[in-house]
Amino acid sequence: MDTLPKWVDVLLIPLINLIIAFFISGLIILAIGESPIEAVRTMITGALGSTYGWGYTLYYTTNFIFTGLAVAVAFHARLFNIGGEGQATLGGLGVALVCLSLPWPHWTLALPAAILGGALFGAAWALIPGYLQAKRGSHIVITTIMFNFIGAALLNYMLVNQLKPAGQMEPATGNFPVGTHLPTLQDFFSLFGTTLFRGAPVNVSFFVALLACVLVWWLIWRTRLGYAIRAFGQSEPAAIYAGINPVKITVIAMLISGALAGCMAVNNVMGEAERLVLNAVEGAGFIGIAVALMGRSHPFGVFLAALLFGFLYQGGAELALWTNIPRELIVVIQALVILFTGALDNMVRMPLERIFLAMRRGRAQTQSQTQAAE
Amino acid sequence: MDFATILQILDSTIRLATPLLLACLAGLFSERAGIFDIGLEGKMLASAFFSAAIAYMSGNVWIGLLAGIAASMVLSGIHGLASITFRGNQLISGVAINFLASGITVLIAQDWFQQGGRTPSLTGDSRFNPWEWPLAGVFESVPVAGPIYAELVSGHTALVYVAILAVPLSWWLLFRTRFGLRLRAVGENPGAVDTAGISVVRLRFAAVAICGLLCGLAGAYLATGLAAGFVKEMSAGRGFIALAALIFAKWRPWYALYACLLFGFLEAIGNRYQSIELVGVTLPVQLMQALPYILTVVILAGFVGKAIPPRAGGDPYVKER
Repeated sequence: MDTLPKWVDVLLIPLINLIIAFFISGLIILAIGESPIEAVRTMITGALGSTYGWGYTLYYTTNFIFTGLAVAVAFHARLFNIGGEGQATLGGLGVALVCLSLPWPHWTLALPAAILGGALFGAAWALIPGYLQAKRGSHIVITTIMFNFIGAALLNYMLVNQLKPAGQMEPATGNFPVGTHLPTLQDFFSLFGTTLFRGAPVNVSFFVALLACVLVWWLIWRTRLGYAIRAFGQSEPAAIYAGINPVKITVIAMLISGALAGCMAVNNVMGEAERLVLNAVEGAGFIGIAVALMGRSHPFGVFLAALLFGFLYQGGAELALWTNIPRELIVVIQALVILFTGALDNMVRMPLERIFLAMRRGRAQTQSQTQAAE
Repeated sequence: MDFATILQILDSTIRLATPLLLACLAGLFSERAGIFDIGLEGKMLASAFFSAAIAYMSGNVWIGLLAGIAASMVLSGIHGLASITFRGNQLISGVAINFLASGITVLIAQDWFQQGGRTPSLTGDSRFNPWEWPLAGVFESVPVAGPIYAELVSGHTALVYVAILAVPLSWWLLFRTRFGLRLRAVGENPGAVDTAGISVVRLRFAAVAICGLLCGLAGAYLATGLAAGFVKEMSAGRGFIALAALIFAKWRPWYALYACLLFGFLEAIGNRYQSIELVGVTLPVQLMQALPYILTVVILAGFVGKAIPPRAGGDPYVKER
């Protein structure tokens, strides 16, 4: 039974969870002998105080939108895709192969091809776990974890033994040709003599990410396929009874999820590094879990949560630069956010439910009393 | 490959299998009681740091070991709170615990030691030293059996023997005691256990506590037995290999030993050779690294003997009201 109004579920509970997570993070900062208020100030100035800071914040946001959407789409089908890391890694391989294979004349041609390449490789890496879950009942969480490691090993092999240019020590591809370089927001918004976003890596893929948000929203709530995915996630027996093929939906949901994770490579590999290196994903696949949980699997929520984590990432880098707080503080905050919004959600929800139930009962009582008085 | 090389590889197989085995048995207890645990990695890491840090400060590795176990059990407690008391998602809780350990160990290490997220290296009594078995030196000259006794049986640290002894002990506890029967029942059908008047919550917490204890041993072995001190992210995915071994072993203690020895062997080979020639085909080292995970997926897919997890695994138990 729905005991809570919708705004409590979508706004109040995540907010309380977040406050608890931040409060504990503050205590941790105090415990290592730094000032939490000073830390917050450093983070805000560093991440939001200049267009340069914003440029980095939005760059990270772009990564997290893709991986967050990937987890969210799978969540709608009640599948926990923990393999965003591996799918984004493979997406990087796809993007690199596209960029290196042809002499691209202009980025407007290279970008759609790279999106396709990243999505295809990401989807391929989600296909086997999805198929095994649907056909053989192998637990998708375990298989996607395994595929993260297999993907890392595969990329390592490809870089060291195949893609590394002769004579280079570092396991990385050569630089992508100039025709694949994506314009940054600095190129877009600095036309009239003023320079905005100077040197920041945020690029045109930020808009691709926003477009992906809209497309996912349209897919989930406005198409027949999205309806089937949601129905399957709500109740598998009911979906089967309604003629929805569970194998097909599981595989398709995982393909879409993997494709979204793979698209992240357009931002970090093609847009920023302009070559493929080892561990290019840097944990963004896992942050997608926190982002999807916080955003309640809604594309707009995912956007807001990705923005928050983009801020935390850039702010954390600034903290490490200006104070004695190591960057790993962000990992702790991220862990606490996942813990409180994901695993310990009921700790906040249960008492709130009791309060709202009592309020409703109280209202019903006064109503019946006034009716009796009349 | 001569005899001495084979012996060396087998010796390092045993050393590398030990943390896997302890973590694998930890997962075994938890998952047999119906609590999925993908936080093995985080618990090992937390224990590795605290055992090394406290061993360094106190100069006594046994006090360090206790600290490591305590740290691991605190994380187990959080996992229990989230997945048993508040009936949250066990997988998400595990993910959170992995990140928590990964971040907080570096944060505290930097605060305590200022060495870039590592502890100072441990020497003497602040780390586990090998136990030389009696007469190992005397038999050394006996062909074949002598070196095997000296290299493989003797000369490991205490926790290696603890890990190997933990296998029959776990088997006995799970399959020959009333507690074990109940623990397995709670992972298959908690409703039935509840009907018999036994507390599901208490049993599951007991299982999670044993899991914390064993992960604590595994982590302490990493930092104070295998290595001499803690370095950032030193568990390096071993918690996930242990999870793979657990599935490979189909949630049974003796098979867990064999699976961990196999995965330890693969790691030992991978550490020693950059590529392997096998019947004319060159196998890259990356394949050896990925092999435990590939084998686990094959087993999970059920093409070679299906692995069926405990039936109530992952489901929080809701008592009827």
